[in-house]
Amino acid sequence: MTTTTRFKGATGEWEVVIGLEVHAQISTNAKLFSGAATAFGAEPNTQVSLVDAAMPGMLPVPNRECIRQAVRTGMAIEAQINKYSRFDRKNYFYADLPQGYQISQLYHPIVGEGRLEISPDEKDPSDTKIIGIERIHVEQDAGKLMHDQHPTMSYVDLNRSGVALMEIVSKPDMSSPEEAGAYLRKLRSILRYVGSCDGNMEEGSMRADVNVSVRKPGEPLGTRTETKNVNSVRFVMVAITSEAFRQIELIESGGKVVQETRLFDPATNRTRTMRSKEDAHDYRYFPDPDLLPLELDDAFLAECRDSLPELPDAKRARYLAAGISAYNADVLTAEVESALWFDTLLETGAKPAAAANWVSSELFGALNRLGKSFEDCPVTPAQAGELLGLVADGTISGTIAKAVFEKMLESGDAAGVIVERDGLKQTSDTGAIEAEIAKILTANADKVEQYKGGKEALFGFFVGQTMKAMQGKANPQVVNELLKKALG
Amino acid sequence: MAIDQATVRKIASLARIAISDAEAAAMEGELNGILGWVEQLGEVDVTGVEPMTAVIPNQLRLRDDVIDADPLTGGNRRDDVLANAPAAMHGFFGVPKVIE
Amino acid sequence: MTELTNLKVAEIRDGHRAGDFSAVEVAEAFSANVAAAKALNAFIVETPEHALAAAKAADADRAAGTLKPLSGVPIGMKDLFCTDGVQTTAASHMLEGFVPRYESTVSAKLWDAGCGMLGKLNLDQFAMGSSNETSYFGNVISPWKRKDGGNAALAPGGSSGGSSSAIAARLCPAATGTDTGGSIRQPAAFTGISGIKPTYGRCSRWGIVAFASSLDQAGPMARDVKDCAIMLETMAGFDPKDATSLNMAVPNWEAALSSDLKGKKVGIPKEYRLEGIDLDIDAMWDVGIAMLKDAGAEVVEISLPHTKYALPAYYIIAPAEASSNLARYDGVRYGLRDLPDGAGLQDMYAATRADGFGPEVKRRIMIGTYVLSAGFYDAYYTQAQKVRTLIARDFEAAFGACDVILTPTAPSAAFGLGEKMADPLAMYLNDVFAVPASLAGLPAMSVPAALNREGLPLGLQIIGKAFDEQGVLNAGLAIEERAGFTARAEKWW
Ligand SMILES: [Mg+2]
Ligand SMILES: [Zn+2]
Repeated sequence: MTTTTRFKGATGEWEVVIGLEVHAQISTNAKLFSGAATAFGAEPNTQVSLVDAAMPGMLPVPNRECIRQAVRTGMAIEAQINKYSRFDRKNYFYADLPQGYQISQLYHPIVGEGRLEISPDEKDPSDTKIIGIERIHVEQDAGKLMHDQHPTMSYVDLNRSGVALMEIVSKPDMSSPEEAGAYLRKLRSILRYVGSCDGNMEEGSMRADVNVSVRKPGEPLGTRTETKNVNSVRFVMVAITSEAFRQIELIESGGKVVQETRLFDPATNRTRTMRSKEDAHDYRYFPDPDLLPLELDDAFLAECRDSLPELPDAKRARYLAAGISAYNADVLTAEVESALWFDTLLETGAKPAAAANWVSSELFGALNRLGKSFEDCPVTPAQAGELLGLVADGTISGTIAKAVFEKMLESGDAAGVIVERDGLKQTSDTGAIEAEIAKILTANADKVEQYKGGKEALFGFFVGQTMKAMQGKANPQVVNELLKKALG
Repeated sequence: MAIDQATVRKIASLARIAISDAEAAAMEGELNGILGWVEQLGEVDVTGVEPMTAVIPNQLRLRDDVIDADPLTGGNRRDDVLANAPAAMHGFFGVPKVIE
Repeated sequence: MTELTNLKVAEIRDGHRAGDFSAVEVAEAFSANVAAAKALNAFIVETPEHALAAAKAADADRAAGTLKPLSGVPIGMKDLFCTDGVQTTAASHMLEGFVPRYESTVSAKLWDAGCGMLGKLNLDQFAMGSSNETSYFGNVISPWKRKDGGNAALAPGGSSGGSSSAIAARLCPAATGTDTGGSIRQPAAFTGISGIKPTYGRCSRWGIVAFASSLDQAGPMARDVKDCAIMLETMAGFDPKDATSLNMAVPNWEAALSSDLKGKKVGIPKEYRLEGIDLDIDAMWDVGIAMLKDAGAEVVEISLPHTKYALPAYYIIAPAEASSNLARYDGVRYGLRDLPDGAGLQDMYAATRADGFGPEVKRRIMIGTYVLSAGFYDAYYTQAQKVRTLIARDFEAAFGACDVILTPTAPSAAFGLGEKMADPLAMYLNDVFAVPASLAGLPAMSVPAALNREGLPLGLQIIGKAFDEQGVLNAGLAIEERAGFTARAEKWW
């Protein structure tokens, strides 16, 4: 069991209590309530419908895919799916909020309580912890304000206005920055497996509101602050540390933590009060009268469930059972793209353990070197399967396989073609090997003496010399046998 | 639950409507008159009654995830969206500078 | 030839089809009446060119044999419907100069059916009011005068007061209205015309400036029941852009009109016998009961026990929804912007909204904001929505015993401008009979039944079961045939 991290203050140790509200953009073509596109990086206000601009008389009609993806996500975290949910209006005035309210879900969210298993210690994946999830609700994103284009004006771009978000609210179950980081990574991984969010934090597809409070061990919860819109795993971890120490220092110097909204400044690694949200809020939530209650039927739910892919935990368990090492299983399942690529490789008949080794060392290494990912992987699983097959059936050695792989990357040719063309086939021709062994033993008569005198470690030397003489193409097993015979 | 002028000013601020002291004073009476009258609803026994959510029984209809299927609810009409803007600037809506 | 502007919708449609006159003649005649009636202030914008263009198209269509259902019929459009390229204001300073680049679903259906637009009709600001005295563009005056020798300007009712005044004064044969808590029926009653609010969801709300979303319904106003049926057939219909739109076929109401009520039961709700009500109203109600009996209906007393609470519930629910619906008027994307020197964003909102909204709109936004605010939501809003459930149940139970319900439309005839403006509650009471059907989403119409002692029109209201516009129209027709209401305002404008 993971132990609670303690923060050292002047008056002793403190615990930090962390909850995360993650806003994940639902991967859809169109917005939550309009037909405008959601693609990243468009010209300002081009992906804005009359509905998104809140022109008079405009009405929302929900996008089925947004609902479907939220439900599938809920199922992936084993959450309660609410067949009855409602959209509420959250009323407040801001320039990025054209309607003067955000359509969200307060009273009846679509997804209820769920859970996520995390492993905060990357070196010890067996050390896990369950983080409770309070709810997932569907809501609209706001537009974007730009402050640096004009001396006295801010500019409003509504392209994001109305884009569908899932707000995934955790319970305050995390007690260290590491746990929060692990939670975010795991959540991101699951969202990407499900296909409900692309997890692209740089483009704002996923961002977290970080709730932090501190307390002396055993004491009741302290007052929390909410640091808004933190957009990387690392920043979340830094923000937690910095905010925890700020609160500890504040309390220890006789001050009081104020419940407030804060911003994280990556330049200083500190949080600060958000000036624009200072006044106390009264959001006047009420059911959106433009929308009827959302009622899901069994067929809809069944489709959501049936279309869920194998999720990372299940996949990891399957890999372990197939004899893949825990380390490799972790590496391969962390991202949906590598896992899918690897599963396709297994379908070619590749031996799981060997294939996992090859992917996590050779392929990951090559992709790193080339600056590529599994999405634009220069070899297909079928091509890799052929290569691994040549090793498995003894056609080439592991060493030659490395060279063949390099040539595959350079030329795009198939492994078999390269082996054939460059004459890389491993030989088990005992005559040729015996001839080379004879030469080597003659040339190293002194070492033969020593070997026979009991220095058995020299056997490796003779193997190496033989393989070198055979240009790596000799079957190592045959070499071993013939050497043993020749050396008596 | 009678409201005072401070409450009137608080509501006006929530509603983003600037009001003068004289207006707040006048509104105090009007709003109390109306609120006092609607409070008779408290007499009604609503035990076990669900608040109305749909006036005519009807199911929420969902839309297909298709971009610009209907130009009236699709994007790509920046000119129309900006046509009535008090300050349209370089394809944006301009507002007085906001400090976050 | 009959004066063209005396013709009703059906007469224009049929006469044009038969070649009795051209659509251009009709459009020009009505446009001339519009232009000559500035004293009524019924229109915010006149669009004779729109009416003329539609008329020319109608005449061409007739020549080509491609007539549309309403070819040649010019109408008035309440200025709550967004009209592409034509200023749409909701009678508010907030939207002065706002020219939408889109057309509301209902108005688009009318233009597609061949109608032309004579102009945008004045109304109570954001449809909030029962006398048309809250318009930023000035009061609408009713064409009617009391027979008391005085010359008091009377209210045309509201909020669709431009529509009612214009039809009663023969400025247009029909117009659109919207009804949130009586805004079609009460002005129809005040001006001696007919108007129907259909079942909630029959007409798309897309493109209509929202007041209270769960109550707003568009409907036609015209001079008789048949014209209402014709207009409603065009205006109604499923719209995928409105999530509350009813996905049902539009019946052929005109063809199925019948004033024979044999086998029908008419409910008379005892709770609508208000104490101290105008004697003329009570008398007219009794006459209406007799007329429906004469048409073959059986009359039964029914009870709608929560009637008393309908109006207070409405004055929580409608302002609550309005306070949120009107938050979009913030000076950022369209409409008025007041930017005092050195003002920040939030100051701009407050200044813009203080300047742009009239007193009644502000009052309702304030009430709505208050009843939704933290700590009060359950006591006011949730309680009101529960009472609303009870009101709907009352109707459901009543419709177990009857097919339609007959009541007066309003508790009084038209009052003088200024008479009720000082007292918001007195003004709200105008809709005491109209609001219950709105809260329950039911179809309801007003038909003129009689003149009171002062020579002013009085209306009767028929409330029907959900989706039973036909039953409402048929009962309305039975009254219309028997009332023989032909009175019209003497022209003074
Ligand atoms: Mg949050
Ligand atoms: Zn949120």
